[in-house]
Amino acid sequence: MPQNEFDKLVDIDKGFVSREIFVDSDVYKEELSKVFTRAWLMVGHESLIPNPGDFFTSRMGEESVILCRDKKGEIHVFLNSCRHRGMKVCRYESGNTSLFTCPYHSWTYTTDGKLQGVPLYKTLYDGVLDREANSLVSVAKLHNYKGSIWATWDKDAPDFLTYLGDAKIHLDQALDCRDGREGGSEVIGVHKWVFPANWKFAAENFLGDTYHNPSHRSVDLIGIGPSAAAGKKGRRDDELEKAQHVWISFPQGHGVHSALQPEANEYIESFMDNPILEEYFRHCFEERKKRLGENAKLLPFVGTIFPNTSYHGRQPRGLCAWHPHSPTSTEGWRFFLVDKDAPTEAKDYLRRYYMRYSGPAGMTEQDDMENWLYATAASTGTIARRYPFNYQQSMGAYTTDHQLGGQVSLQITEQIARGFYNRWASYMRNAGWDELLGASAQNRQAAE
Amino acid sequence: MNAMVQEKDKVATATATGNSAIQRTPEYYRLKADAEDFYYRESDLLDERRFREWLDILADDIVYFMPIRRNVKFGQHAARENTKQGEGMSWFDEDKWTLSKRVDQILTGVHYAEEPLSRITHMVSNVQIKAVRPDLDKPSELEVTSRFLLYQNRVEYETYTFVGRRNDTIRITESGWKVARREILLEQNILLAKNLTMFF
Repeated sequence: MPQNEFDKLVDIDKGFVSREIFVDSDVYKEELSKVFTRAWLMVGHESLIPNPGDFFTSRMGEESVILCRDKKGEIHVFLNSCRHRGMKVCRYESGNTSLFTCPYHSWTYTTDGKLQGVPLYKTLYDGVLDREANSLVSVAKLHNYKGSIWATWDKDAPDFLTYLGDAKIHLDQALDCRDGREGGSEVIGVHKWVFPANWKFAAENFLGDTYHNPSHRSVDLIGIGPSAAAGKKGRRDDELEKAQHVWISFPQGHGVHSALQPEANEYIESFMDNPILEEYFRHCFEERKKRLGENAKLLPFVGTIFPNTSYHGRQPRGLCAWHPHSPTSTEGWRFFLVDKDAPTEAKDYLRRYYMRYSGPAGMTEQDDMENWLYATAASTGTIARRYPFNYQQSMGAYTTDHQLGGQVSLQITEQIARGFYNRWASYMRNAGWDELLGASAQNRQAAE
Repeated sequence: MNAMVQEKDKVATATATGNSAIQRTPEYYRLKADAEDFYYRESDLLDERRFREWLDILADDIVYFMPIRRNVKFGQHAARENTKQGEGMSWFDEDKWTLSKRVDQILTGVHYAEEPLSRITHMVSNVQIKAVRPDLDKPSELEVTSRFLLYQNRVEYETYTFVGRRNDTIRITESGWKVARREILLEQNILLAKNLTMFF
């Protein structure tokens, strides 16, 4: 597809995005080669591989990868494909091993990815096959960020924190302990399922599409939150009822919906179904306030780190990866998080809440999946494709001088989605990393 | 505590020894026919969307559990294949309150994942009674295993087939038979469906 074609598909100034990018197979193939081989992707969490030899098979784009901790304790991410004939060297979801043995011709690889065993090495390869050059294909860069593991195939990609930019403190809210200590989360389970919709519907949903709230009316009517049995409606406690909500588009394509508590930053009663939990979370709130001071006013809601990693910051809490399967099919993975040292009772309550809220069996997210499916399906037609999606909400309603950085809106906005697709178009044009990080946008603003 | 462990062991043994656990007497077949009848009625309630009546045949202390099935190495299946009830994340690990909420949600008429309602048929087969407490002459609690095939057609073109096993504890009470525990083993690893809006 011609490079400038992508600017026609994504018209940020007028607020239109072509349906083609959600259904077209050529666009999809180019996404796999231009977006998913360059951007930083979340592949898992260190708590899934606590011991030397532990592995967890994951995905990057359409491809299977192995997240592995080697015998020395170092973490690696490898393409899950034998260098000889490509067979998957690991078809278990997780486990502990000293070797990955290819079932096809029995080449074996150590946990640091090195080719070790080649049957009949001396006879058939004259004992000279270059083992080093036939190691499992490793990602170019890997970063352990507060336990979450990120990787990219692009050796020229900026380091992860540069890539994350000002979105960092928002992602932190999902990864840090509830009482404000850094990191300390663990994954208590992973949901994996396939749904017939383009992956960008899911990514965009978590960018801060607060506008889709009415689609969750059924669950809000019945009440499933942590105070539901005590009579509160809604799908979660409204911990942000006094907060100023903020919607932020970051130049790297990330977007978040967070909130700033008012000056007093008082605890809002929550978890009323269980007095022990109420006390525990109240304690965490006060501890966090003491520990972080002014910074404790920032609380998370949701966000997407470009391109396909999303998070839910508090109720429920976890990381999502939206793995592309085809133009109209996505494999959703949800990693559910708790504080590793949370009381058993809190962990047990949270996992039950996560199950009734999230994923394909979750009462809230079932309705999301329904929307993504039929929005995708109804956009495949010849006539439908002539009419782009409308992204004209809250045009221009943002500031660029807010303390939180990026483009900050104080009202529900599609500015985040516009930013996401604008950056997506940069990747599709094979733009350099300066542009992918938004440097040109910042320069332009500075010039203005 | 000790008694509980022993009770659990008994159930495990009964399951492990399969058909030999209970003698195939006329009383057994009579009870099995009753169990099949109970499941056919339950399927009717669900397929005819009589969700509130379905809730009535669940014990108030029901444990409704669907683990996630994992691909694990040979020899690790007993320990690691299925996620465990009471720990971590599964597809369902629910009590009656949550199941009632699910019914309430469908009945709001705006639960879009079930609006319009799906067409669903439950088929139940391979019913076997694996344990009877205290005994066949005066049964008050049964361990029953079965297979299910659940067909869902949604709106126009969406169809899903869910096949698997159910391991039930059925309590026989004065107000009828009640499902006290249900373990649902869906024969899938990655869920090959966008949603689990149905009851199993």
